[in-house]
Amino acid sequence: MRKGTSRILTAISLLVLFLFLWWAEENLDPYLRRILNLIAINIIWVVTFNLIYGYTGQFSLGHAGFIAIGAYVTALLTLPPAQKEQSFFLSPCIWPLSVIQWPFLPSLILGALLAGVFGVLIGIPSLQLRGDYMALVTLGFAEVIRVINMNLQSITNGSLGLKGIPEYTNLFWSWGCAIFTIFVVWMLGNSSYGRAFKAIREDEIAAETTGVSIFYHKLMAFAIAALLTGVGGGLFANLISTIDPNLFSFLLSYQVVTILVLGGVGSITGNVLASIMYVSLFELLRPIDQPMTFGSITLPGRPGMRMVMFSIIFLLVILFYRRGLMGSNEFSWRWLLSKLQPIFKRKRQEDDHSKD
Amino acid sequence: MTILKTDGLSKHFGGLIAVSDFNVEMEEGELVGLIGPNGSGKTTIFNVITGLYKPTAGSIHFDGKDVTGLRPDKITALGIARTFQNIRLFSELSVLDNVMVGHHLRLHSSPFVAALGLPMYRREEEEITQNSWRLLETVGLANVAQEEAGGLPYGQQRKLEIARALATRPKLLLLDEPAAGMNPEEVRELMDFIHRIMEEFDLTVFLVEHHMRLIMGICPRILVLDHGVTIAHGTPDEIQNDPKVIEAYLGVEEEDA
Repeated sequence: MRKGTSRILTAISLLVLFLFLWWAEENLDPYLRRILNLIAINIIWVVTFNLIYGYTGQFSLGHAGFIAIGAYVTALLTLPPAQKEQSFFLSPCIWPLSVIQWPFLPSLILGALLAGVFGVLIGIPSLQLRGDYMALVTLGFAEVIRVINMNLQSITNGSLGLKGIPEYTNLFWSWGCAIFTIFVVWMLGNSSYGRAFKAIREDEIAAETTGVSIFYHKLMAFAIAALLTGVGGGLFANLISTIDPNLFSFLLSYQVVTILVLGGVGSITGNVLASIMYVSLFELLRPIDQPMTFGSITLPGRPGMRMVMFSIIFLLVILFYRRGLMGSNEFSWRWLLSKLQPIFKRKRQEDDHSKD
Repeated sequence: MTILKTDGLSKHFGGLIAVSDFNVEMEEGELVGLIGPNGSGKTTIFNVITGLYKPTAGSIHFDGKDVTGLRPDKITALGIARTFQNIRLFSELSVLDNVMVGHHLRLHSSPFVAALGLPMYRREEEEITQNSWRLLETVGLANVAQEEAGGLPYGQQRKLEIARALATRPKLLLLDEPAAGMNPEEVRELMDFIHRIMEEFDLTVFLVEHHMRLIMGICPRILVLDHGVTIAHGTPDEIQNDPKVIEAYLGVEEEDA
């Protein structure tokens, strides 16, 4: 199959996705739209984590920190001054933050850039470490960001959080950014830089003596991932419209790790599929938290029951698909067509037989 | 012209003296052998020259530049490539990708240009791909190019490591026990292969071998190491008749036989 054919197929499927989003934006109820938005945002987070862990092999638990920076910066810049005055009642918001209100796009970009800068700042010390130590240090940094957000009363409004963030995020924003993220990570991952990342994951010493600058490439992957994660954070804040520091605890980082492992480490296709499954499942399991009646037995509602259910599902996936849904394989049109071919062939044969 | 020159090179690990006062001078196009019993510090010397270890004392000059204590990737960029005693491939990458990684250090396109797939990058990628195929043909691995590197048989993995090293366009190639685990037939083939790539790529080769008889066959000049100290230096004949070498190395082997 030629390259041109698969490009056309990709273009067609993007067009179909666009038409679907257009239809969904007009016709679906807010609840379903929100789920679709959350899927896209999770895709951004997981695909960027895949760049750090799946490709470069650096186990970071600091994703929540980058998400928080993107979310807070974008939220503070888009929040109307009147809303800030109303929310910041413990200590007033500092000037000039108290008077500015930017449109969504520049806010999102600044949020991303700042997350990227923090990616570099956190990356420089933590990327010197290996394996578990790196995970611990990044986890620590993400917690530091949470605690700072909690205590910078006159900037972040502390534990009171931010309310009334304009709900700019719609399906076009979220899926547009998700597709952009997938594009960037995919292109980078399949380029010479991607090979260098994977070489580092496979064997640092061999990579070094083959001329790959370990630190520069690790930092590059880390910074690009942090930047794009910040975009996801900004979209998230302007979707749910209320944020507080505890939303970005280590549980959020674990969520990202969980989705990555479910889908398959190193597979963007897996990232996307697992994001869809995770967010949908999370919503589908919502009734489990409510009281249930089986005949004469009534089970009282226990918030958190669905997390138990979720853990069981997660365990089953890990037991039977050790390498996640996709392993490190990617979707390709060639693969899809080769799967579809036998079905069509059989049908044609049946048609031929019926003619006889 | 002298391509590699070490002066009083020493490496200590705490109280252990792995290498002490190692001096070598190599001319361009030369094939020099380094032998010695297990644990005599041969691989340590390679690790110091390629920048994996910082020397405790002494200096390394390569191609007229002082490269002492430089980072491994910088040293590779200057023109020293190596293979490893216990093969270190990028196991989960394809054979072709392993060789392509070797070209990365000469890439001009920025990550930005690469991520957008701009024409400048696409041209470079095309060039890298073609060069890699050519290298795989040279070492005879073109027919397994798309396979996972970790799944290759042992002998082919060794060849792939050499191909990956050649991809960095080295002037000096350090081979760490390339004949380990090979039968006599394969060793003869390897000797021819080393001569061939030396000519084709204008290489100087520094060869570590554990087996004395093999190295005698191809290296006009040999250094003998024992417990980190250079105990002899000369032609194969001189080495074979040196009483110190016989004591440290051959003596043991003759007792075994």
